[in-house]
Amino acid sequence: MLTGRHLIDPMDFSVEELDEIFDLADQIITDPVQYADACKGKLLATCFYEPSTRTRLSFEAAMLRLGGQVLGFSSSESSSAAKGESVKDTILTIASYADICAMRHPKEGAPKVASVSSPIPVINAGDGGHQHPTQTLTDLLTIRQLRGSLDNFSIGLCGDLKFGRTVHSLIKALSRYENIRFVLISPEELKVPEYIREELEMKPGVDMMEIEKLEEVMDSLDVLYMTRVQKERFFNEADYVRLKDSYILNKEKMNLAKKDLAVLHPLPRVNEISVEVDNDPRAAYFKQAKYGMFARMALIMKLLGVESC
Amino acid sequence: MLKVDSIERGIVIDHIAAGKSMKIYKYLNLDEANFTVAMIKNVCSKKLGKKDIIKIENVLDIDLNVLGFIDHNITINIIENDKIVRKVNLELPMEVSNVVKCSNPRCITSIEQEIEHKFRLVNKEEKLYRCIYCDHAYDPNKQDL
Repeated sequence: MLTGRHLIDPMDFSVEELDEIFDLADQIITDPVQYADACKGKLLATCFYEPSTRTRLSFEAAMLRLGGQVLGFSSSESSSAAKGESVKDTILTIASYADICAMRHPKEGAPKVASVSSPIPVINAGDGGHQHPTQTLTDLLTIRQLRGSLDNFSIGLCGDLKFGRTVHSLIKALSRYENIRFVLISPEELKVPEYIREELEMKPGVDMMEIEKLEEVMDSLDVLYMTRVQKERFFNEADYVRLKDSYILNKEKMNLAKKDLAVLHPLPRVNEISVEVDNDPRAAYFKQAKYGMFARMALIMKLLGVESC
Repeated sequence: MLKVDSIERGIVIDHIAAGKSMKIYKYLNLDEANFTVAMIKNVCSKKLGKKDIIKIENVLDIDLNVLGFIDHNITINIIENDKIVRKVNLELPMEVSNVVKCSNPRCITSIEQEIEHKFRLVNKEEKLYRCIYCDHAYDPNKQDL
């Protein structure tokens, strides 16, 4: 039962509960008109203590397409946090206005703090470098849509695997499915943290390899998940400049890949995927952004416990 | 040599690492106690070289779970009629509140003072605890209690 629950960590929901959300998302994608008034009379609060156009708009679009309405703030300066209000007090106030809340906060664990006191469902829309569970829902739904299943495939995760929270969450989420081969492609400096590697190694039947060069494995991948090398993750400019172009996906590398490869990226992209790849039918990252909205629509409906009209 | 009488009934918390008894006194809220408590520091010990001991008289119903988190070497004897009637095996508590602070500067607890610092046991074999908010691991080797 998902009604009234919070989504703070990508592992908060079981595989069966995720299937419930994805099955509903499939139905929304097939027949969106049927869901156009599903959340009529409901209010989503988007509490964004730091700017994030993409995630906030995706949440707002999701609620508006369900016939609901949205309110909120998009930076801590425009909220009472600037006056020193606690997260707990903010959510208790918001809960007296809205039916559900999506919260982004630069501090890790802030949405969890909100969920402990909140009488309405709280969705973690990103807490610092910690978790971003609706991105994981987006990634899983995209793979499921494109491949028809979340079992039996080979996924390459490329770029900043050390600081990239979307990558960590996706690896953990996928490790619960059958027969997934993980290929972790990154420079030595940006390898996945030890605890993620250990968790993967502890799972029976998980196949994992770590390599440095993308072109060496392109032909074996069914899904390629590219990530941005973020400037703010580096301690100095020189390291950033040295590494930022290490893993760029271009036409040449795409020529080595399978015909049914799906290229994913959480966006925004800087230059890790060359624009020449955009027209390749295997480039799925803009579709992925759209699936993100459908995943959030299904999630909102499930947490609010509303049905189609 | 300083002599502290044995107790007829109560709890003896033994094999506390030397110098740590004051912290245990605090975590067990013994500063608020209205019963007799003796705290003995730097007692000679075969096992530890030096150790601390806390003796609590006439009280048996203290929640001692937090001690499993603080120091696994601590032993607890329940005394009745001048005899040890039971030795308590310390278990690692599933959750500890306000015993240690999260050391992650990016954690929400670093800016909101009134939030309880809570850690949850995630791996019993490795005695690994993580902050319930940011998942940051508590490292007893780097972070003093």
